[in-house]
Amino acid sequence: MDDQIKSPLLRLDKRSKDSLGPVSVWGIRLGSIVFALLLGCIAILLTGNSPIKAYGTMINGALGSAVYRQQTVKKAIPLLGCALAIAPCFKMRFWNIGAEGQITAGALAATFVARLLSSSFPGDKPSLPLLLLMALAALLLGGLWGLIPGFFKAKWNTNETLFTLMMNYIIIGVVAWLQAGPWEARQGRIAQFAPAAQLPKVAGVHCGWIIVLALVILVHVYMKHTKHGYEIAVIGDSMRTAQYAGMNVGRIMMRTMFLSGAISGLVGFIICAGANHTLAKEIAGGVGFTSITVAWLSQLNAFAMIAISLLLGVLSKGADTLQTVMNVPVAISDIITGLLLFCMLGSEFFINYRIILRKKNGKGGAAQ
Amino acid sequence: MNVVDTIILLLIAAIAYGTPLLFGTLGEILTEKSGNLNLGVEGIMFMGGAIGLGGMFYFEKLTGISSYPLSVLVAILAAFLAGALASLIFSFLTITLRTNQNVTGLALAIFGTGVGQFAGEMMRIRVGGYVSLSLELKNALPASPFPQFLQDVPYVGKLLFGNSIFFYLGILAAVGMHLFLKKSRKGLYLRAVGENPATADSAGISVTRYKYLATIIGGGISAVGGVVYIITTAGCTWNNEGLSGVGWLAVALVIFCLWRPLSAIWGSVLFGALMILYMRLQLSFIPTELYKILPYVVTVIVLIISSLRNNKEKQPPAGLGLAYFREDR
Repeated sequence: MDDQIKSPLLRLDKRSKDSLGPVSVWGIRLGSIVFALLLGCIAILLTGNSPIKAYGTMINGALGSAVYRQQTVKKAIPLLGCALAIAPCFKMRFWNIGAEGQITAGALAATFVARLLSSSFPGDKPSLPLLLLMALAALLLGGLWGLIPGFFKAKWNTNETLFTLMMNYIIIGVVAWLQAGPWEARQGRIAQFAPAAQLPKVAGVHCGWIIVLALVILVHVYMKHTKHGYEIAVIGDSMRTAQYAGMNVGRIMMRTMFLSGAISGLVGFIICAGANHTLAKEIAGGVGFTSITVAWLSQLNAFAMIAISLLLGVLSKGADTLQTVMNVPVAISDIITGLLLFCMLGSEFFINYRIILRKKNGKGGAAQ
Repeated sequence: MNVVDTIILLLIAAIAYGTPLLFGTLGEILTEKSGNLNLGVEGIMFMGGAIGLGGMFYFEKLTGISSYPLSVLVAILAAFLAGALASLIFSFLTITLRTNQNVTGLALAIFGTGVGQFAGEMMRIRVGGYVSLSLELKNALPASPFPQFLQDVPYVGKLLFGNSIFFYLGILAAVGMHLFLKKSRKGLYLRAVGENPATADSAGISVTRYKYLATIIGGGISAVGGVVYIITTAGCTWNNEGLSGVGWLAVALVIFCLWRPLSAIWGSVLFGALMILYMRLQLSFIPTELYKILPYVVTVIVLIISSLRNNKEKQPPAGLGLAYFREDR
């Protein structure tokens, strides 16, 4: 009867590149953040609190005073550093989710050097040579911890996602053993670092923030303006193209993983020498996973990572305050982080595609 | 105690620790057969554990009924729904909105562990102490569903009939999934979608529907593993540490058993054994904390060995982890 061709209610059309202005693109992204925060209200409502009051408490707890702001920055430092570490891997489509372990490995190495050499560096001031040696050790062990899965991926295409993940549990187990055994000072804890092995403070926060800001520029230059960065981008786009162009994909993979692990290791050094002044098995505390969020949400752009890591730092510090003030479980920050990621991932779809509604034509055949 | 008794006790404990893994693995096998790689199993199992426990707890509290079969049913249902919902988010994002599967899975892992811990903590705050079931349910749930005389058969009685009902349900699920994948038309279609979605699409199979359904049902099955863990090994109480890492082991186990549901049965028991070996078989020269990393070391070795094999029969679904868009063909 009605032999009109049925067209679907919704149709997708890929947008041509740059057809959407930067204002709309960032509008969509900001909109997705707002949407995620609105979804977070549901969780807050479940606790019987008012979302406005809760978000207010979070913002006040994260930014309300100089001390709070310093604590927020302290939380953002490792997130930023680690996101920078992950960016080259993800650009290469190498799913390194072992940053947690690479941080721990770096912290372990730094602690080893601190314990070994502290007696040679007496005095109550931070000692630059000792700190440099600790950082070097952290870079090496963190790098090695990344290189191992990278090596097997390059040689035999071993699944890197699970390999890097298992490496997390292995090194955390090693630290747990050191903590409860050979390195134990009292009650299952490792002794505090000597003053010589502690990072000095600049503007109220340990100087790790200067290190990671320097890393932002270094990583940006490395990714955008060097041959290495170009090779990584080509492999990420198409492994076959890279091979056809004569690139040694395996070597590039191992090199990138060593570098990534080394930066994560350095973050481990910053956490143990700057923030905690000791080593514990929880030292990474989920930073390795959350920083994946930071890296991806920033579209692997080093400068955008500063903003995103600060945003998540505010969330995390705010959630701590929320727990003490309003008795809301601190896991709320994981929920909101997850929601943010969902929404921002999903929002890319609306940037890349146009949705076309079925048009009602004159015959009215489509209307039912 | 002689050697045989020791081995039998070890096996029974291995089964108890392996059963949550069995569900986690089976669910992920179904998901991956559709070509979707859901890395969020860790989060899904957290949600299943917390919400399954919450379901049982509030069911008992509100109705006042402490019935074993009803509680089992409520636990499975609540966990399944939680996992299905979590996987629905994953499916919508990856299938409809075309996001990257790896990153979306990781996001789900973060989100799910957050929801699980949040729900667990909230219940603790509401109740004002540990969330726990009545003593009789607590004792009944992990116990065997079989009569005592079967369990009293020398040697094999305890091993064959002394496990919790969830182990037997897990075996049923594995056998059912095996038959579905290998013997049914729908199973064939599902495998086709996972191997080569473009071909399946041109043969008139709805790729989207199969991917959605397999991922959602698979997530539900994985989530049941979470509540099984809470019931059989965590003593029906919630703690934030307990489940940590189980979901990731389940993802690794999928590779270990080569996407075969039947292999998942012995694979999960083997990994269960690795998880508890440090308690059962103490070796003075290995410190406990180092002993505990054994399952992860073995997983790494398994990953390496399975990547060395180049057997056509032993490969993941060809379309695993790749998004399929009809327009991009």
